Amino acid sequence: MSKKSIITIIFMISSLATLAQEELMKELESKDQNETDYAFQTFKGTRLVNGHSIETKGKGTLEFIFAHRFGEVNGGLYELFGLDEAFVRIGLDYGVTDRLSLSIGRNSVDKTADGYAKYKLLRQQKGTSNVPVTMTVLGGIAYRLSPKEAPEGFGNIDRLAYVSQLLIARKFNTKLSLQVAPTLIHKNGAYQSIEENDQLAIGVGGRFKLTRSVALTSEYYHRLNPVDNAPFKNALGFGVDIETGGHVFQLVMTNTRGLTERAFITETTGDFGDGDINFGFNVTRTFQLKKK
Amino acid sequence: MTAGQKFTTEKGEITFFSDAAIEDIKAVNNVIGSLFNVATSEVVFIVKIRDFTFDKSLMREHFNEKYLESEKYPKATFQGKVNGYTHGAAAQQNVKAVGKLSIHGVTRDVDVPGTMQLVNNKLLLKAKFKVKLADYNVKIPTIVWQNIAEEVEVTVDFIYKPL
Repeated sequence: MSKKSIITIIFMISSLATLAQEELMKELESKDQNETDYAFQTFKGTRLVNGHSIETKGKGTLEFIFAHRFGEVNGGLYELFGLDEAFVRIGLDYGVTDRLSLSIGRNSVDKTADGYAKYKLLRQQKGTSNVPVTMTVLGGIAYRLSPKEAPEGFGNIDRLAYVSQLLIARKFNTKLSLQVAPTLIHKNGAYQSIEENDQLAIGVGGRFKLTRSVALTSEYYHRLNPVDNAPFKNALGFGVDIETGGHVFQLVMTNTRGLTERAFITETTGDFGDGDINFGFNVTRTFQLKKK
Repeated sequence: MTAGQKFTTEKGEITFFSDAAIEDIKAVNNVIGSLFNVATSEVVFIVKIRDFTFDKSLMREHFNEKYLESEKYPKATFQGKVNGYTHGAAAQQNVKAVGKLSIHGVTRDVDVPGTMQLVNNKLLLKAKFKVKLADYNVKIPTIVWQNIAEEVEVTVDFIYKPL
C-alpha cells in the first residue's frame, strides 16, 4: 500500500468518526429545543441620559450614582464654559429582586429629595415564548426643599411632584436598543399661567454600541400639553457610555440641569440650538451586597 | 444501534474558576446536555453560555455581553471520543477525551484527561482542564485585566444514565 492510500484511508476513517460524532451532536441538539433566551443589557445603565432606562439592578446589588451637570457651555470663558457651576445628584439604587429596584437621591437643583420604585413587568425574550420588548413601570416622588419659605399662595405640600412612567425598550441586536417612555408628571404646585399640574410627555431614546465597552446614547422628552408661551423647552441629551468593570461612566451633553423628572421634563429652560448645553456625567459603581 | 448503548446526562455541572490578582471569579452551569455512546466511546456536550451563574449578577452580564458574546455565540460544545474506557469494569478508569472544543465561535482540537466510573448503571465522568482565553479569542480589556485570569480552570462533573 502506498503512503498516499494509507493517508486517504486514515482520512476517511477519521471523517467517518467525525460524521458519527456530528450525528450524536444533532441528536443532543434536537433534545433541547424548548429554551428561552432573555435579552441582556439592553442598556448599560439604569439611566439613559437624564431619565431612567428599563434596566433595574440585579437582586442584592447596590448602585451608587453620582451625577453631575455643569453650567451652560455658552457662558463663555468668564464662566469657564459652564465649569464654574455644578449641579449634583447623589443617589442609591438597590435591587430587591431581579425585577424590583428601589432608589433614593438628592439633587442640588431646587434642593430636591427623590425616591423611585421600578418594576420590570415584561422581559424581552425569544424561544418558547416570544416577547418583543422589555417593559418597566416606574413611580417616583420628589420633594423640593428650595425655596426655604413656600412662595405666596403655596404650602409645603406643593413642594411635592410625582412621576409615573412606562418604559418600553427593545434590544434590536447587540448594538442597537431603542426606548419609548410615556410619562405623566403631577406637580402639587404649579404656576397656572405657564404650566399645568398634570403634564404628559413622551420620551424617546436609544443607544448604539461602538465597541464592547463604549456606546452612544440619546434621549428626548417631548411635552404633550405645554401651556402657550411657557418658557420651558423639551429636554434633549446625548451621551457616551463607557463601561469598565463595576463602573459605568456616562458623559452627557444636554440642555437641562435637573436630574429629577419634574425638573428636566417640565422645567428645562435651555435651548440646545442656542448653545444652552450643559456638559455632565453620571458615574455609577455597583456593589454586590448579597450573593446569589 | 440498540438502546442502552447511549447514555444521557442525568446531572451535569461545569464550573470555571478564574484566579486573578484582584478577585477570584467562579461560575457554575447546571444545565448541561451530553450524550455518551458506549459502543463507540463518542461523547458530545452542549453548554449554554447564559446558564452560567456567578456570585455577582453584573459579572454574569459582562460575561455574556462583553467576553463570551453569547448573543453571537450562545453555546459552547465538545464533540469527540473518550479513549481508554472499558464499559463494564467497576473500578474508576483514567480516560482521555480527545476532540473538538468550541467556545466563542472558535473550535480547537483538545485532549483532556479525566476519570470515568460505572456505579449502579450510572456513569460518572469527571475532568479538570485549563482553557486559555486567548485561544478562543476572548479579549479582556486592559482596564480590567487584573480582575480576570488569562487562563481559567474548567471542572466537568457529569452523571450519565442509560438513554
